[in-house]
Amino acid sequence: MNAWSRFLDTFFKWPLIERYFPDIAKGVVVTIEIAAVVVVTGILLGLALAVVRTFRVRAFNLLIVIFVDVLRALPPLVLILLVYFGLPNIGINLPSFAVLWLVLALVLAAFAEEIFWAGILSIPKGQWEAARSTGLSFIGTLAYIVLPQAIRLTVPPLTNRTIVITKNTALGTVIGVGEILNQASSAESFSGNATPLMMGAIAYLILFVPVVALGRFLETRFSWRRV
Amino acid sequence: MEAIVQQFFNFGIMREALPIVVAGFIQTIAICLIVIPLGLAGGLVFALISLSRLRSARWAAIAVIDFFRSIPPLVLLIFVYAGLPFAGFRPSPMTAVAIAFFLNTSSYYGEIYRAGIESVGSGQWDAARSTGLRLDQALAYVVLPQAVRNVLPDLVSNAVEVVKLTSIASVVALPELLYSADMARSVTFNSSPIVLAAAIYLVMLWPIVRLISRLERRIAA
Repeated sequence: MNAWSRFLDTFFKWPLIERYFPDIAKGVVVTIEIAAVVVVTGILLGLALAVVRTFRVRAFNLLIVIFVDVLRALPPLVLILLVYFGLPNIGINLPSFAVLWLVLALVLAAFAEEIFWAGILSIPKGQWEAARSTGLSFIGTLAYIVLPQAIRLTVPPLTNRTIVITKNTALGTVIGVGEILNQASSAESFSGNATPLMMGAIAYLILFVPVVALGRFLETRFSWRRV
Repeated sequence: MEAIVQQFFNFGIMREALPIVVAGFIQTIAICLIVIPLGLAGGLVFALISLSRLRSARWAAIAVIDFFRSIPPLVLLIFVYAGLPFAGFRPSPMTAVAIAFFLNTSSYYGEIYRAGIESVGSGQWDAARSTGLRLDQALAYVVLPQAVRNVLPDLVSNAVEVVKLTSIASVVALPELLYSADMARSVTFNSSPIVLAAAIYLVMLWPIVRLISRLERRIAA
C-alpha cells in the first residue's frame, strides 16, 4: 500500500465515515445546544453583574470582583471536575450536561462582566451628567444612553472570548457529555481507526471557522483602537 | 455544612495528597516553561508571515491561524495523541502536549503580535530604515519593542490562558497538577485534593489576573 492510500485509510476511511456520520451529527447537535444555552445565560448574567456594579454598592462590588477574578484564574476543567465529582457527595446530583452548562456559563459570565464593565467605564462622565440633566433617571440613563454606547465597544472582545469559551464545550467529553469530541473519540476507540477523530475535527471546523471569521470581521469593523 | 467541609475542605486528606499534588504542580510549571516560549516564538513567525508583502503568504498565514483558532485545543491534543499513532507516529504525552499547544498557542500569539505591529505607525518603519537600519534591525530595535508594549496586557493575559489550558494535559495522562489531584480524588473518594489544586492555580494566577486589569486600565488612560 502506498503512502497516500495508507493516509486515506487512516484518516478518511469511507465505510467508517458512513457508519459514524449519524453519531458525529448527534454530537454536533449536542455541542450546538450547550453552546447556545451557555452563550445566552453567560452573557446575560455577565451583563446583569456589570449593571449591578454601576450602583456602586461596596459589598456587592467586592463580591462581584472576587467572583470574576476567581473564575478568570481557575481552569474550567478544574471547575468541571470539582462540580461533577464533588456535588454528588453532598447530596446534589446534576446531570453532566447541566454541570458543563453551569461551569461554562459562570466562566463566560465572569469574562463578560469584565468586558461590559470596561465598556461602561469608557463612556465619559459627561454622558451620564448630560443624560441625568435632561431628567432621565439613573436606570434610564444606563439603559438608553450608556449601555447602547458601551455594548458597541464590547462586541469584538466579547465575540472572541465567547468563541474561546464555546470551544470549551469539548471539555464535556471528560465527564461523558455526548458532544462532538465524545462521539468521535468513542467511535475512534471502537473502530480502531483515526477517521472518526478527523470527522470530529472537521465538524468543529465547519462550526467555528465562520464564527472565527466573523470575529475577525467585527474586530476591524467595530473596534476603536486606542493605542 | 459538616458534609461540605468534609467533602471539599478536608485538611487531613489535603495533607496526605500534598506530595503528589506538589509533584503535579512542578510538572505544570515544566509544561508552561516549554509551551509558552514555543508559542511566543511561533506566534512571532505567524505574525511576520501574516504581515508579509506577498498576498499569498498573508492569506496562507491567516488561514492557518484561523484553522487552529477554530479547533478546540482538547480536540487538537487528542488528535495528536490518539490519532497520529494510527499514522505510525506515537508521541509521548509531553510531546503531544508540546505539539498541540504549539499550534494553538502560536495562533493566538500570532494574532496578538500582528495587532501590536499594526499599531505601530508606518512612519516608524520608514524612519528606522532611513537611518540605515536593515529590515530585521528596524523590526527588532524599533518596531517590536513598541508593538510589545502596546499589546502587553494581551500577551500576559494569553499566558494566563495557556497556564490554565495546561490542565487539559490531564486527559492524556500527563501527571500535571489537575491529573495528580484527580488521582488523589479517585483514591480517597473526596474532592479536597481538587480544591487544593484549585487553590494552587488561584495563588499562581490571581496576582497576574489583577495585574492584567491594572495594565489594561493604564493603557486605556
